Amino acid sequence: MGNNLDALTTIFTEFYYWLTVALMFLIHVGFCMYEVGASRRRNHMHTLLKNSMLIPLVTITFFFFGWWIYWAFPNGPFITGGIEWEAANANSPVSDIMGTNLSDRITGVFWAAFLLFSWTAASIVSGSVIERINSGAFWILAVLIGSGAWIIDAAWGWHYQGWMVQLLGYHDAYASGVIHAVAGGFALGVLVVLGPRLGKFAADGKPRDILPHNPWLVCIGLFLIYTGFWGFYVACNVPLISPEGIGGNITGETWTATTIYLTPTTLGAITFNFLMSLSGGMMMGYFVSRGNAFWTYSGGLAGIITASAGNDLYHPIQAMIIGGVGTYLAYKLHYWVENKFKIDDAVGAVAVHGYAGFIGLVICGFVLWGHPSSPYDGYAAINPLGNFIGAIIMFGVLGFLPGYIASKILHAFGLLRIPKEVELMGLDFGTALEEEAAAREVREAEIAMANGK
Amino acid sequence: MNTTGISSWAVDLADVGAIYPFQGLELILLIIALVFWIWWHIVTFRMEFDRQDEKIRKYGNSEHITQAIENDK
Repeated sequence: MGNNLDALTTIFTEFYYWLTVALMFLIHVGFCMYEVGASRRRNHMHTLLKNSMLIPLVTITFFFFGWWIYWAFPNGPFITGGIEWEAANANSPVSDIMGTNLSDRITGVFWAAFLLFSWTAASIVSGSVIERINSGAFWILAVLIGSGAWIIDAAWGWHYQGWMVQLLGYHDAYASGVIHAVAGGFALGVLVVLGPRLGKFAADGKPRDILPHNPWLVCIGLFLIYTGFWGFYVACNVPLISPEGIGGNITGETWTATTIYLTPTTLGAITFNFLMSLSGGMMMGYFVSRGNAFWTYSGGLAGIITASAGNDLYHPIQAMIIGGVGTYLAYKLHYWVENKFKIDDAVGAVAVHGYAGFIGLVICGFVLWGHPSSPYDGYAAINPLGNFIGAIIMFGVLGFLPGYIASKILHAFGLLRIPKEVELMGLDFGTALEEEAAAREVREAEIAMANGK
Repeated sequence: MNTTGISSWAVDLADVGAIYPFQGLELILLIIALVFWIWWHIVTFRMEFDRQDEKIRKYGNSEHITQAIENDK
């Protein structure tokens, strides 16, 4: 911070990312409310803790190795180059910038912004597997997606020199694929092995509705996710950078906000498009579900997620239409997959995040066809094939496969699913009875004291 | 004794980098943290299974299970 302008830019950037982290906390609050609301009463506390404990576990593992992965693997490795040792070592858990350091004020907040994305990825999976997974198994899966799979895909497709950006022209500015498709795909991989909740399907295979115990809590949870999503969007940008700082083909001296690829955009653009895609999704969600509150709110989320890949550039009306299309398809796919493959996705996470994210990437490839994916020479332009391949990598290769394989391993060791008796009685049942007995004992003792005994 | 490397603030901040205590021991800290992390997973897995076994033993009969399901309204 050699002069006042440098100082202002640095402190602005530090504060900017810090603020995104505080906002993104609300995503997690929302996920917890939504999950607890969707679970039945006898599973509340277990459901809440299962999700909440991913916070510390993903945080520490993201510090131990997740952040290192992001900086180490933008080249694959061995696709466009080797491991980026210099950048990776600078961001390793033993580097002196990963602590209180007056010469680096940005790494901590930038790390935290990525970390909150990691929580989101793991939390997406959490909702779909409620009421029948062992918490310990889920926490291992949470670390795998939160500090492993998603951050590898971020290095590949959400890094200014990621190999997918260079070779495929992959474009995913606000993480349709790198967070949502990967987490949705991962959740599907887990669900295939985990199986449905007891009673979800009738003997003839017909799905039954397991209703949320508190639809109000579910909807407010989704509302809170919208709120936190603002932080998520803003965190995807570099807030202020000069052409010299970018070092690419941009000429002149006009500073700008950019995407993670260092391609110019504005906060105004993403504000337009966030709101319009949310609106398109909510309207379509209401229409296609015939006014179901859960799917209306989920539709808003699916709308944003579908449009996110290109929301740095879309016209707001394009964002609205794309949000609506993604929501319609995600809703239809959810029920088709449920009926056809007997997949019990308790909160529709695979649809809202996975299918909408995948569809959003494909649409983005067409709508932004030919736009430069990077300010640097030699990168492929955005194109339909590149984004389609990218969608397969996100949903299938880095999402579904790790989720499926890890779940198979956990299942083989008998660690994945809770015993049938526990599932039937509910995960909180014994504890609730014991707490009730303890409370009764205290009341009886107090009554005895009141009667002078 | 000085754990942070800073004994006075009569310095040019442009020359100051890391100021957390015990610099140079980061690798040892990391190893301790990794062991704690793995230990935590193992222990909590065991706790969870023990608790499930206990619940099945105490409440796994059809009467309690029926009660749990009927009370869940």
